Amino acid sequence: MPEESKKFMYINRKAPYGTIYAWESLEVVLIGAAFEQDVSLAFMDDGVYQLTKGQDTTGIGMKNFSPTYSALGDYEVTKIYVDKESLEERGLSLDDLQHLVWEDEDEDWAEKDSIRLVSRTEMADILAGQDILFNF
Amino acid sequence: MTMLHLVNKSPFDGSSLNTATSIMKPDDALLLIEDGVYGAIKNNTSAAKLEGKNVSVLGPDLAARGLSEDKLVDGVKIVDYAGFVDMVESNDKVQSWL
Repeated sequence: MPEESKKFMYINRKAPYGTIYAWESLEVVLIGAAFEQDVSLAFMDDGVYQLTKGQDTTGIGMKNFSPTYSALGDYEVTKIYVDKESLEERGLSLDDLQHLVWEDEDEDWAEKDSIRLVSRTEMADILAGQDILFNF
Repeated sequence: MTMLHLVNKSPFDGSSLNTATSIMKPDDALLLIEDGVYGAIKNNTSAAKLEGKNVSVLGPDLAARGLSEDKLVDGVKIVDYAGFVDMVESNDKVQSWL
């Protein structure tokens, strides 16, 4: 990570497929990651729907971009914050989401969870600690 | 006279589901499509609005979003595109809530 790197936060608050926001966000995240910035993602409100596992879009004629989330770890995007309250009010739990991991090269490539379930107050602190915030 | 109500937004994104469910008459049908299918997930905070209503969801939209029948509120039916057409045909009018 270069000295001058900034902390980039991408906040995702829209459901996938209904609008193009979720997919556009992923594209921008991957570009940002290629420039070796410190990238974090937050999923709040309807954005938590983006991470559900088992998405199958064959019946609606749209590209299923959900497998891309599992590639984020390879781009060193390892901090994915999911708002617990948003999940709960939608009748969902962590079990309904994809299991996203990254490999820690400092610990012999040990596989670690990328998703961190956080409360609203924890999310507030995380957002406050960022340099640049993008909303999708 | 019966009406088919279509809702294509998440219950957390606007008031479509709320208004549609409060306006629909006992013999009317509600079909949730696109992001509207999220309204049929069991234990979501607006699930109670579906109680006692004739509710269906569009299967392909459900599958696209990683949801299956076991995640749905009891009594909600899953229809395919042909079933969607049948519902349009069997009701006198269609109201698409935007």
